Amino acid sequence: MKIKALLAASVAGVMFAGSVLAGTLDDVRARGKLNCIINTGLAGFAAPDDKGNWQGFDVDFCKAVAAAVLGDANKVSYTTATGKTRFTKLAAGEGEILSRNTTWTFSRDVDLAQTFIGVNYYDGQGFMVPKKLGVKSAKELDGASVCIQTGTTTELNLAEFFAGNKMKYNPVPIETNAEAQELYKAGRCDVYTTDASGLYATKMSFDNPDAHIVLPEIVSKEPLGPVVRHGDDQWADIVSWVLRAMMSAEEKGITSKNVKKLAAQDNKDKEINRLLGKDPLQGLSKLGLSADWAVNVISQVGNYAESFERNLYPLTIVRGMNALYRDGGLHYIPPIK
Amino acid sequence: MSFNLLKIWRNEKSREIIVQIIVLIIFGWFISWLVGNVSGNFEKLGKDLSFEFLFIPAGYDINQYLISYNNRDSHLRAAVVGLLNTGLVAFFGIIIATIFGLFLGVLRLSKNWLANRIAYWYVEFTRNVPILLHILLWHGIIINTLPHPKQAIDILDVSYLTNRGFYIPKPIAEAGIELFYLFTIIAIIFAILFNKFSKKRQENTGKQLPVFWINLMVIILFPFIALLLNNFPISFSIPELKGFNFRGGLHLSPELIALTFALAIYTAAFIAEIVRAGILAIHKGQREAAESIGLKPDKVMNLVILPQARRVIIPPLTSQYLNLTKNSSLAIAIGYMDLVATLGGISLNQTGREMETMVLVLLIYLCISLSISSLMNWYNYRVKLVDR
Repeated sequence: MKIKALLAASVAGVMFAGSVLAGTLDDVRARGKLNCIINTGLAGFAAPDDKGNWQGFDVDFCKAVAAAVLGDANKVSYTTATGKTRFTKLAAGEGEILSRNTTWTFSRDVDLAQTFIGVNYYDGQGFMVPKKLGVKSAKELDGASVCIQTGTTTELNLAEFFAGNKMKYNPVPIETNAEAQELYKAGRCDVYTTDASGLYATKMSFDNPDAHIVLPEIVSKEPLGPVVRHGDDQWADIVSWVLRAMMSAEEKGITSKNVKKLAAQDNKDKEINRLLGKDPLQGLSKLGLSADWAVNVISQVGNYAESFERNLYPLTIVRGMNALYRDGGLHYIPPIK
Repeated sequence: MSFNLLKIWRNEKSREIIVQIIVLIIFGWFISWLVGNVSGNFEKLGKDLSFEFLFIPAGYDINQYLISYNNRDSHLRAAVVGLLNTGLVAFFGIIIATIFGLFLGVLRLSKNWLANRIAYWYVEFTRNVPILLHILLWHGIIINTLPHPKQAIDILDVSYLTNRGFYIPKPIAEAGIELFYLFTIIAIIFAILFNKFSKKRQENTGKQLPVFWINLMVIILFPFIALLLNNFPISFSIPELKGFNFRGGLHLSPELIALTFALAIYTAAFIAEIVRAGILAIHKGQREAAESIGLKPDKVMNLVILPQARRVIIPPLTSQYLNLTKNSSLAIAIGYMDLVATLGGISLNQTGREMETMVLVLLIYLCISLSISSLMNWYNYRVKLVDR
């Protein structure tokens, strides 16, 4: 009798497993915490501060989603992943969001059954050299030894760039970022190559950052963004509109300082009213979010510019491609209507 | 019926067979469950087992290739390049480890206190430190202590030591070199025949010839005459500092040097102990008997002790050769492009075929190990005690 009951329970469990996957929002609310997969350590994007709390641009996005869904930006538990393990961890359900400098490519989107919900950082592969080499452009690198972090699209971009410019090079492939840095510092290579954001972060971790420069050439497109699993459209919508809300806030001049005041008054720009819950936003209930979702995000984490300035300006990264469309960048945000 | 079964079970012979059949069935079921599990999970993920990726362009560059290679070649060719790099390290590693290990093993038995202690401490230190640390240590020493190419240590203006590796002149064959090859082969054949002839002569007449010295002279002199006849058809490519690095010449990368030496030095410590055990296994009466008929110490070693010790030494030596070859896969720690780094590393990452690449890497290592093993078994068969 007992066995029968157990059997029935497990069959029911298996049948429910499918629907549980679709109800990511309910899962997160029931748990009271958002699980977020982040980098093992990259200054500016995800790195622990002196008190052991994770800080950074990618971490901020996890916090923003927690603020929108749970009303509290601190209700996040973090799981770290390397470049090789990140997709497996997301697929295995160790987190609801993968926020880890992940390049949006066709095969990752389609073949690995994931949903890229947008781009929060436009990046590209670049080169860093010691200043004393006197190199001003990547096209002067003929014959150089190049340190590469393996396991990414980096090797292919590098091979294409050097072949395209009819130059020779000596690749030195290294498994982890930390070891590649050591080899570069010891002079085993003339050049270090990875995504430009990673180069700036690496450079700032050196004893004398001014002795190195990042060359102007960017040899690949690396649109980085948060990723969720296929199969839960509601969750994908929530995550993508949190990102857009942060960018819209920058566009409309809403910051963590003035958001409470703007939310309390009737604004001339009705889009601000809709975003901050003053006027009704059609369809919001379908996302399962409360009217003050965006107020929570902006007051607790800040808008896109605030997060960018707080985390990436210390690395001497400029807005460039990551400015709003209005300011000559690539971020063009769908309207909140 | 039940009586019959009981009878079969009580019979020791038939019981043994039944138990073995049952174990075999369980084992077979377990294997088929494993395979079914993997293929079932693959199906669930929407993945198929396919080796087509081997024939599409690899797209990445490799810094050391023994056969021509560029990034438009296929993943298969990249894998072969990696395999040859593994083979290169294993080959030189085994040769150095054997010579060094033999030397150390004999030193360890020396009555000279200092030599004995040095060998003892060397063995104890080396074999008690993990091989990965040996590799990282040697690599670290090369890249951190040797100078940048612009301040390279210059040896006679033709060879250079830098933290990017060693650059030495590279011989390039020119027209007329064929005679040199021909004469070299003739010299080697002569040496083998002369060796046999002098052995027979010694057996018949008891007279000895200085075989080693005559053969050495022939092997050096003969090819040299061939070069002289054709006005030295060899030129040398001398390394030259151009831009960032040296160009031309033969480049030995820090990774190649560090890996080969670390593997050789680590394995030599084990070989030394095997050699010592082999020599000690020979009863001291053998040595005393040899000495009593007036053989000199080196003859005692070479003609009496070592030929007998060899039988004890070779089986465990085979294991050490296999270990060295398999340990070479730690190359990935310092970025030496071996089989694991090419097929099991970058190719895996670029194509996402983890099952296929790992199965291939596994099978290739298995093949290498089995060939080394069968070669050593053949040698073991030749030197083993012949029962008369």
